[in-house]
Amino acid sequence: MAQLTLVQAVNEALREAMRRDERVMLLGEDIGANGGVFRATEGLMAEFGEDRVVDTPLAESGILGTAVGLAVNGMRPVPEIQFMGFIYPGFEQVVSHIARIRMRSRGRFAVPMVVRVPFGGRIRAPELHSESTETFFAHTPGLTVVAPSNPYDAKGLLLASIESNDPVIFLEPMRIYRAFREEVPEGYYTVPLREARVVQEGTDLTVIAWGTMLRETLDVVRKLEAEQGLSAEVIDLRTLSPWDEETVFASVNKTGRAVVVHEAVGHLGLGAEIAARISEACILQLEAPVVRISSFDVPPPPFSLEDWHAPTPERIASGIAEALSF
Amino acid sequence: MVKPAERVVQAAAASTGHEKPAGIPDALLVEMYRQMVLIRRFDRRCIGLQRAGRIGTYAPMEGQEACQVGVGLALRPQDFLFPTYRDSGAMMLHGMPMDKVLLFWNGRVEGYEIPEAVNVFPVAVPIATQLPHAAGAAWAAKLRGVDQVAVALFGDGASSEGDFHTAMNFAGVFHVPAVFVCQNNQYAISVPYRRQTASETIAQKAEAYGFEGIRIDGCDVIAVYRAVQAAIEKAAAGGGPTLVEALTYRYGAHTTSDDPTKYRKPEEVEEWRARDPIAKLGGQLREWGLWDDEAEEQLQQEVDSQVSTAIAAMESIEPVNPDDLFLHIYETPTPRLLKQRDALRAELAAKAQGGIAPWRS
Ligand SMILES: Cc1ncc(C[n+]2csc(CCOP(=O)(O)OP(=O)(O)O)c2C)c(N)n1
Repeated sequence: MAQLTLVQAVNEALREAMRRDERVMLLGEDIGANGGVFRATEGLMAEFGEDRVVDTPLAESGILGTAVGLAVNGMRPVPEIQFMGFIYPGFEQVVSHIARIRMRSRGRFAVPMVVRVPFGGRIRAPELHSESTETFFAHTPGLTVVAPSNPYDAKGLLLASIESNDPVIFLEPMRIYRAFREEVPEGYYTVPLREARVVQEGTDLTVIAWGTMLRETLDVVRKLEAEQGLSAEVIDLRTLSPWDEETVFASVNKTGRAVVVHEAVGHLGLGAEIAARISEACILQLEAPVVRISSFDVPPPPFSLEDWHAPTPERIASGIAEALSF
Repeated sequence: MVKPAERVVQAAAASTGHEKPAGIPDALLVEMYRQMVLIRRFDRRCIGLQRAGRIGTYAPMEGQEACQVGVGLALRPQDFLFPTYRDSGAMMLHGMPMDKVLLFWNGRVEGYEIPEAVNVFPVAVPIATQLPHAAGAAWAAKLRGVDQVAVALFGDGASSEGDFHTAMNFAGVFHVPAVFVCQNNQYAISVPYRRQTASETIAQKAEAYGFEGIRIDGCDVIAVYRAVQAAIEKAAAGGGPTLVEALTYRYGAHTTSDDPTKYRKPEEVEEWRARDPIAKLGGQLREWGLWDDEAEEQLQQEVDSQVSTAIAAMESIEPVNPDDLFLHIYETPTPRLLKQRDALRAELAAKAQGGIAPWRS
């Protein structure tokens, strides 16, 4: 087994998928000779040629709109959008067509495609390169929204997404693209969609996170465990929509307390939905209101302010304390 | 009808040669040169600052100085400029202070502040999105009967986005005083011009929108100045929009996070360097007796001190104020935003004491 970074695991998954199924093709900006601005498609054009790894004109509506046509007509496109902040020119295609074609054709057409989108902030990038607007997509029925938090899951979830006959918005956490390495099996394997992962079991409370925040949350939890003897159950949501209510509810019913941590703004962030569903479904077991720890309700600021915008370790720790002390 | 490609040849012919161009005062010719030298120095210093970790990611413009300066000097003070991330040169010429531009690249909100009398729109980061804004601003000038032209800058890649089409179409239909200047620097990050369009030129696209398009030599500051100035004059006189395509090249990386050796050959860069806009005008000025070694030396010192002063201003700014996160979201902040601001203040106060503030959601 090789020690890979998350972005290398993505690269591996794309290579496996293309070797296995010749309908799989990649399209996007700078993905060919340049190997993608994050090098996620590095080496793939050399292996699979220009017809399967396609540098397109600079137009997200074109990339996503033609992917619809490619997908309904027998290909398995995997479009790359360079940064989440640049998907908006193609948003129309995502919400009006990609998400609805199965419904609108009563099952006659499907659009099996995986839209790969780097997301999240705190990489000292210029403005609009640090969006966490997963809610736009999670709010849209028909889409599957996935966000891995580690290299193993990144490869397995991406391969499962490419297998899926429904469209997937695959959100890649930029901040941890290269932050650490992990053993990633060679060859083909999948990690099932729609299943959250219980990262560690615990009894005092349930902490739910995804993507970049999962690791940062886990660091805080481990510190609190060492210092205060806390026992927290930590859940990596992995598929953000439709999300795994069963795993979350079972955990909260056991612990009685829940904290959701995300980098998106709090107002109508995914944490709002999770908190509401827990409140509805686990009311009799709840011993405290569900606590949400999120970014402030302002646009992602320029980088001199971004570390204060996103949940800090201190905020995560005090949010956990609030849930415990209620 | 003159075909776009033939117009290119005509435009080029108008600006080359050894004759001093008619109708451009000597002082302006010298000013063009000075400004190009200044922004090149600024640009190189920015790359150095980024490497030293003193600013964040930066988008270099070396090679495109003739476009920046030709446009910047053609603008009248009342005209509105709609720039991208690569247009610091034109922005500064149109009144944006250099230290503000540096602060923008340094990730500070102060870099968003545009002085009241400066008609420069905030840098557009999403490609082509500024083009409809320019059409709209020009439309407003027409509706309000004010003598103002909106000038938008964009790259060849931008011509692929729907917003490019939309903006041109609106500008044509409403016959607005807008000038769209495409700096065709041959690449959109790594993707070459030929992957953006199957048409021969970008200029010819204007034909389809019902107005004039011209293609010019973007390495010739005089050609750029003349074309943009004429387009502004025409727009101001009610003649409608113009699309100007300037052929140029960026010598360096797309941004400081890009490695151009992955997608283009050094020989190609050298070919373009041989047409360098600064060397070209510098040579011409000497030929016309407007420039010499002494003037050059003095200029180099001047630009050096000007850029150093701006860098010092950028670096002497107060530390970041966390309250800035919550300002200008709405005209009047919401109670919830004020609570979040107070929570952050409490968090920082507690942290200063080595503690943790309670979480308030
Ligand atoms: C909508 C959108 N998609 C993608 C990007 C990422 N991106 C930034 S610059 C760039 C290339 C732009 O090329 P061009 O328009 O030719 O301008 P140039 O950078 O050459 O000046 C890309 C793809 C973006 N900023 N906005």
